[in-house]
Amino acid sequence: MSTIISTDKLTKTFGAFTAVNAISFDVMEGEIFGFLGANGAGKTTALKMLTGLLTPSSGSAMVAGFDVWKQPEQVKRRIGYMSQKFSLYEDLTVRENIRLFGGIYGLSMALIRQKTATLLQKLELEPEADKLVKSLPLGWKQKLAFSVALLHDPSIVFLDEPTSGVDPLTRRQFWELIYEAAHEGITLMVTTHYMEEAEYCNRLSMMVDGRIVALDTPGALKNQYQARNMDEVFRRIARG
Amino acid sequence: MPVIEVQQISKSYGALQALDNLSFQVEKGEIFGLIGPDGAGKTTLFRILATLLLPDKGHARICGLDGVKDYKKIRQILGYMPGKFSLYQDLTVEENLEFFAAVFGSSIRENYELIAPIYSQIAPFKDRRAGALSGGMKQKLALCCALIHRPEVLLLDEPGTGVDPVSRQEFWEMLAGLRQHGITMLVSTPNMDEAELCHHIALMQNGRIMAIDTPDGITTGFEHPLYAVRSADMYRLIHDLRTMDGVQDCYAFGEYAHVKMESVIANPRHPEQLLAFLQSNGHEKIDIKVAAPTIEDCFISYIKS
Repeated sequence: MSTIISTDKLTKTFGAFTAVNAISFDVMEGEIFGFLGANGAGKTTALKMLTGLLTPSSGSAMVAGFDVWKQPEQVKRRIGYMSQKFSLYEDLTVRENIRLFGGIYGLSMALIRQKTATLLQKLELEPEADKLVKSLPLGWKQKLAFSVALLHDPSIVFLDEPTSGVDPLTRRQFWELIYEAAHEGITLMVTTHYMEEAEYCNRLSMMVDGRIVALDTPGALKNQYQARNMDEVFRRIARG
Repeated sequence: MPVIEVQQISKSYGALQALDNLSFQVEKGEIFGLIGPDGAGKTTLFRILATLLLPDKGHARICGLDGVKDYKKIRQILGYMPGKFSLYQDLTVEENLEFFAAVFGSSIRENYELIAPIYSQIAPFKDRRAGALSGGMKQKLALCCALIHRPEVLLLDEPGTGVDPVSRQEFWEMLAGLRQHGITMLVSTPNMDEAELCHHIALMQNGRIMAIDTPDGITTGFEHPLYAVRSADMYRLIHDLRTMDGVQDCYAFGEYAHVKMESVIANPRHPEQLLAFLQSNGHEKIDIKVAAPTIEDCFISYIKS
């Protein structure tokens, strides 16, 4: 497996405040990597740098073969992004959303048509194709949003708290889509407050006050902190 | 007499049946959990209990008071913390608290001892505007404001949503502390792991209650043998196990997959059968152990049945 994300002392300061403090880590191709931390630990700032939305103050990061500092536009073309807060346009139909995002990523109309058909069939959303997204149940929206984030065949998909509020069955169906994507070699970078989701990741990092203070597999972290589950690991690390 | 009584309550919004013939009761000093995903009807129920919404059918009583006729009295003895942060963002921490105390004809001083363990944690920021607080601190302030008139019943709509695990645990510790004051609490959450902190829970889905019991009562009602299984390729493992004879269901569960068998009697040969099946399908690094059913396993079973 090769490295797909590599950061070296990546840092972001806002005035006197250091939001991200010299973080260095690698993510492998096809890995499901959990990015954890308490509110305000610096996760969002770090993600914004990795997705080319925020220029680092110092240090460097390579994402999908491009330098986030020098080549942020190339980075953006190679990544997908989905968040709980914003992913789809509620007052467009399912089909229109797919066409919009396909268009933004520069796919041809023929390819968009083909991708739309495959996607609708896979998610069993054909009967809903011409309904407004806001009329769909939350779980369907999330599955659709994830599939739309994969539309342009990105190497990496960033998932920012993707599944809060859905029932345990729908959440698992969602995670099976994530597993499937990883199986196909896509790298998934996930932030979450739900430690149950953290357990699904291959490896996890924990941020506290802008630094990465722990990074390993869920099993190794549980051993290291002698915890029964990730919730306990999180609390031990975050409480110091 | 139960402190909260819900009798056959139904509520529709147009064609959407938000609540479908719901009944349950909560005893004094109890923490009762409404466990269910978004859209289960939790918030609609809270709004009815808080006398902000009329049910289409059925009755709600708080401390014996009728939810429709006695709504003014109910509002005096009820604390309500909505799921969405609803304090005044432009007022400071202290101003918000003073405002809510004044609305109820009380003062911070009068009931300070009730909120002291919580308020002392945010008191260093009392001059900060509420809008500038972190998620965890906002939540503590909202709880103080809901408590400042010393209510008998506290309604907490998804207090754990959007806050990190540390703040969530602190919040539950605070609720446990409030029990000593005899306050009855109804808490909703989509997180199954929070269910264990309640005395009784109702599992909700699509406006219906699927089960009501103690957390232990729910999990001991899970009648099938359950195994936790892992191999080097979890994606393939889950798909393979679903095709195995004798397996009713298989789904991801943390680092493992949970495998629910069709039979209702545990067979000591199950683990070796699972092992043989996985080996014949080329799996490596196989680990199989008996799993204790959790609330989440039960919830999934109820949804599927």
